[in-house]
Amino acid sequence: MSDVTTIQSIAALVPHGSRVLDLGCGDGALLAHLVNQRGCSGYGVEIDDANVLACARRGVNVLQLNLDGGLAMFDDNSFDVVLQIDTLQHLRNAETMLRETARVGRTGVVAFPNFAHWPNRVSVLRGRMPVTRRLPYQWYDTPNIRVGTYKDFEVLAAKNQLRVLDAFGLQDGREVRTLPNLRAGTAVFRFEHA
Amino acid sequence: MSFIATPQSMSFVEPLALQSGAAIHSYALSYETYGTLNADRSNAVLVCHALNASHHVAGVYEGQPKSEGWWDNMIGPGKAVDTNRFFVIGINNLGSCFGSTGPMHTHPDTGQIYGADFPVVTVEDWVNAQARLLDALGIQTLAAVMGGSLGGMQALSWTLQYPERVRHAVVIASAPNLTAENIAFNEVARRAIVTDPDFHSGHFYQHSVVPKRGLRIARMVGHITYLSDDVMNEKFGRGLRDAVTGSVTGYRYSTQDVEFQIESYLRYQGDKFSDYFDANTYLLITRALDYFDPARSYGGNLTAALERATCKFLLVSFTTDWRFAPARSREIVRALLPHKREVSYAEIDAPHGHDAFLLEDPRYLNLVNAYFNRIGEELKA
Repeated sequence: MSDVTTIQSIAALVPHGSRVLDLGCGDGALLAHLVNQRGCSGYGVEIDDANVLACARRGVNVLQLNLDGGLAMFDDNSFDVVLQIDTLQHLRNAETMLRETARVGRTGVVAFPNFAHWPNRVSVLRGRMPVTRRLPYQWYDTPNIRVGTYKDFEVLAAKNQLRVLDAFGLQDGREVRTLPNLRAGTAVFRFEHA
Repeated sequence: MSFIATPQSMSFVEPLALQSGAAIHSYALSYETYGTLNADRSNAVLVCHALNASHHVAGVYEGQPKSEGWWDNMIGPGKAVDTNRFFVIGINNLGSCFGSTGPMHTHPDTGQIYGADFPVVTVEDWVNAQARLLDALGIQTLAAVMGGSLGGMQALSWTLQYPERVRHAVVIASAPNLTAENIAFNEVARRAIVTDPDFHSGHFYQHSVVPKRGLRIARMVGHITYLSDDVMNEKFGRGLRDAVTGSVTGYRYSTQDVEFQIESYLRYQGDKFSDYFDANTYLLITRALDYFDPARSYGGNLTAALERATCKFLLVSFTTDWRFAPARSREIVRALLPHKREVSYAEIDAPHGHDAFLLEDPRYLNLVNAYFNRIGEELKA
């Protein structure tokens, strides 16, 4: 998810000069891109030591926090955009974090692997959990403890009174706007709280 | 082996007004510098020390190969804070017992040793004194001020007292103030010293004695709080110093013998400490710790207090540090966020408790190194 085209697709959803909170910011590549190319400012949140170090080396602000501990550190509406890029699927309290994302940010952007992408469906029809480039783990050692689909997220967003501003799939670096639940390995949603 | 460090001293005649309303005049500050101040004087890094440390931050003294400075693993040529790049300054604080004017020195007005009459100094007073030394060295702006524990409090205070003179603050294993439990530990230490019959109300120098018993106990209590339960168990466990052969349990069934290894270790630490540390200094420095509370004049609102701090911050805490717990560092982070300050925060999963900030841990040192490399890049730009 840190390939250049994906970063550009996600970055395009973040207005120039935005105040950004990137939850699960990884090595800070996206945040650095937003700061350097789009005049944004803000913080990444990471738990992994190696990623925190990578962020420090890039010179992006990083806060080493466990997202399962919540976002109590951040005030309501204190960021223009809160990003959760490939983070949701690792969170024990994914729904709470989604609500927290909406509370802290004026808008939120969530991207996660779409389990309903057709190769995954084929794999399950054959009786096996999918192991693909996008979901490269065996079922017994995957860090993805929340497997959901593009459509599932629409339901979850509605349940939490989130207004979806834009939604599409990402596949091979391209946006998929027709049948994204079938044709895209990654689901992307931009939303605000109602 | 490390590089050779040379202690220096600078005298000040102009009185320094203290937070208490008192003033101190005719004082000296001991300091050391490492590296070279660049032409535009922009690469200075001030290192503030904690309770029992000094201006001897890094390097060794000539002819004393084991005299490494207290942060020698952090600071030096090619180290996390690279003295090939930065001009690093360590200053011994007023009231300390390592060279700067303190309770064992002579009061210029009375000709008597200060003893208990040495004025109470605060973190803010120390920062003011440090600023004077920087003035004298011709350093207007610090590339960074850094410190751990009480040193971190000084670094934080710099950003509030002289915000325009600090570009970065590196605040490690610190807190925005002490908790009641922390003050309580300090008070136990102070009572141990003050109730030692050799203390003589702080004027023991005239009696040619040292309240060593009190200092030992103060150090023992302190030392416990700098370690974690896990590390203590791993290092000593329930081990006995020398088990009695023939006794099924190995115990001596004594009440006063040193039987457990942890007892022996604490006594050793206490003895060592009481040989070199000044009792009045211990009282002064623990009091400075107790008093530090920048939010106090803002009705306890740390966010309001930190509005003045405009520099960039790196904060680091250690997961097993219960004396200056990660939650306390997070309070500082949280208070900086509403002001949209540039802040990074790392929580190092280290087993060593509060002491971790002085120890070799690649995750910690690499992170500080990465941060200082960025500071160095900014200097070039």
